Amino acid sequence: MGVIEGRFEDNILITSLDWIINWARSSSPWPVTLGLACCAIEMMATGASRYDIDRFGAGVFRPSPRQSDVMIVAGTVTLKMATRIKRLYEQMPEPKYVISMGSCANNGGPYWQYGYHVLKGVDAVIPVDVYVPGCPPRPESLLEGLIQLQNKIRRQTIAKTSKVERA
Amino acid sequence: MKPEEIVSRLKERFGDRILESKPDALSPWTVVDPAAIVEIASFLRDDEALAMDHLELLGGVDYKDRIEVVYVLYSMKHRHRHTLKCRLPRDNPRIATVESIWRVADWHEREAYDMFGIVFEGHSDLRRILCPDDWEGYPLRKDYKFPTSYRGMPV
Amino acid sequence: MEVDYSGEIMTLNMGPQHPSTHGVLRLELKTDGEVVHEAIPHIGYLHRCFEKHAENVEYPGVVPFADRMDYVAAMNNELGYVLAVEKLMGIQVNDRVRYLRIIMAELNRIASHLLAAGTYGLDMGSWTPFLHCFRDRETILDLFEETCGARLLYNYNWIGGLMHDVLPGFEKRVIDFLDRFEPLVQDLNRLLSYNYIFIKRTANVGILTPETAISFGVTGPNLRGSGVAFDVRRDEPYLGYDEFDFEVVVGKGEFGPVGSCFDRYMVRIREVLESCKIIRQAVARLKPGDVHESIPKRIKPPAGEVYMRTECPRGELGFYIVSDGSTKPYRVKVKSPCFTAMSAFKEISRGAMIADIVAIVGSLDIVLGEIDR
Repeated sequence: MGVIEGRFEDNILITSLDWIINWARSSSPWPVTLGLACCAIEMMATGASRYDIDRFGAGVFRPSPRQSDVMIVAGTVTLKMATRIKRLYEQMPEPKYVISMGSCANNGGPYWQYGYHVLKGVDAVIPVDVYVPGCPPRPESLLEGLIQLQNKIRRQTIAKTSKVERA
Repeated sequence: MKPEEIVSRLKERFGDRILESKPDALSPWTVVDPAAIVEIASFLRDDEALAMDHLELLGGVDYKDRIEVVYVLYSMKHRHRHTLKCRLPRDNPRIATVESIWRVADWHEREAYDMFGIVFEGHSDLRRILCPDDWEGYPLRKDYKFPTSYRGMPV
Repeated sequence: MEVDYSGEIMTLNMGPQHPSTHGVLRLELKTDGEVVHEAIPHIGYLHRCFEKHAENVEYPGVVPFADRMDYVAAMNNELGYVLAVEKLMGIQVNDRVRYLRIIMAELNRIASHLLAAGTYGLDMGSWTPFLHCFRDRETILDLFEETCGARLLYNYNWIGGLMHDVLPGFEKRVIDFLDRFEPLVQDLNRLLSYNYIFIKRTANVGILTPETAISFGVTGPNLRGSGVAFDVRRDEPYLGYDEFDFEVVVGKGEFGPVGSCFDRYMVRIREVLESCKIIRQAVARLKPGDVHESIPKRIKPPAGEVYMRTECPRGELGFYIVSDGSTKPYRVKVKSPCFTAMSAFKEISRGAMIADIVAIVGSLDIVLGEIDR
């Protein structure tokens, strides 16, 4: 929304527009397939029929980062892979969000102490919106993380505000 | 074949190249001269009674005074196993490659080079396999210092 | 008309992030547009320093790291490590622990093969078998969850015993699951295995001859798909597998030459039925007992070394443990079956089309956590 963002003060027209835009954005966050390790199996189980992630709109996993909205970093980020993740993140179009799934992506996980090749947390290379703890997190935890992300998206606004809210 | 028979067959063929052996250990092993590893390996594979055609494991172990290369060999036909070891000096570990004998040794030797710095002479493509190409140091050595950052990322 | 395109070779990258590479694997393809002249795999994107961790934590603490290696079949990984340490220490476990370990390992084998079959179908373009496989897999994960609390990574096999005993009624739930599940394998066969498109895509692709397989150290279903009848459970039995009656499934080359992708896939599907047989026999022999009986107070193996291998769903997993007599291992080296299978990839994929590369990678059933450790 580059043209109308940040130009107008908050009024009833902007609030209604906000409501529609945020409803549209939060109802179909399409993830990019970035399953790295064990958490990827739980992500696949979330996408399968028992814990269906498609009812939240996120069922279409796009292989290409240029066609997706949210990047679910599921699994351990190693140093060799971290440069590639940064490149993939930069290729995603705005508005983009990141869910860090699992304790390895949060802060290094079980490999924090002697992992010479493990990046201790994906937030060292990309900004993260929601952290989902667990090793691996249950599918219900990932769904809760997705719901928190949807709540965060609904709180955004395109009005001119004094605090910086990243879209 | 029993481990003692394997060791005695090796000794009668190679004599003093066989340095030490322990056939009654849990996993019987024999220490051989690193300079003769290719001959011993091809004998072990091609001999009819031994027929060790399956290289199960090729790895390095860092003892404080030496680095050892361990070869665990198995015969699919006769169902027997034996371990070979070669002792190399810690400051310049070099040994000939057995890639031409068991083709799986290709990747195993690359991993041993990556983790310990053992140079396999004659290898077709000796470069790091697990760590990135510009990694410094050999991680599984006992005196390895953990890096603090890599390409600007904190470790 | 044969045209020689070798002057126009370009290098394409099937990068670490790709929907069909089953994890973070990078394939460098030297291709002329459709036929691949050389496919070089690059690994190491999931190198999590398992062997360094194993040298710095105590023996029981290595078990959670071991099951994060091959995260799809975690019970088998733990079993391999625990059996190696028990062999080093000379611990004998009682019958209840033995049969429970076998039941858990075989259930995990079924779960792992279902995942392999489901994702292979996904690679080949069909979405429904994936959902069917995951539905059945969820029941197995429920059984694991009621026993040890976790769905995917268990820390259940401990050195000398198990973490918890199973809840009452477990045997009945296992038999109910098997009764419901065995007919569903026929459904999967009708959907995927004997599907015309699937057979066309896999039956003449990725031929692996037995001599190449043995030279490259390929083991498990990949080796049995090439016609070599070798299974560690039958040929070097551990945990008392020689008491059980099961067949070693071998690829027969039904729709193409022996050793094709289809053979490797069919070996896995038939092995699922053999595992069901083993579980039924193990449940029938289960006797009451204490699962914590043989766990030593302090795990301090004598100085020495051991090599122990077990049959994982992906092949033979080998653990070479060197102990110096203290409470932490001196060196743990893992021989991973997917590592050796991937080293043969360059040989198998010569002259294949780009779409066949996806079929070959899927049929080798790799898990990058085990390759990179």
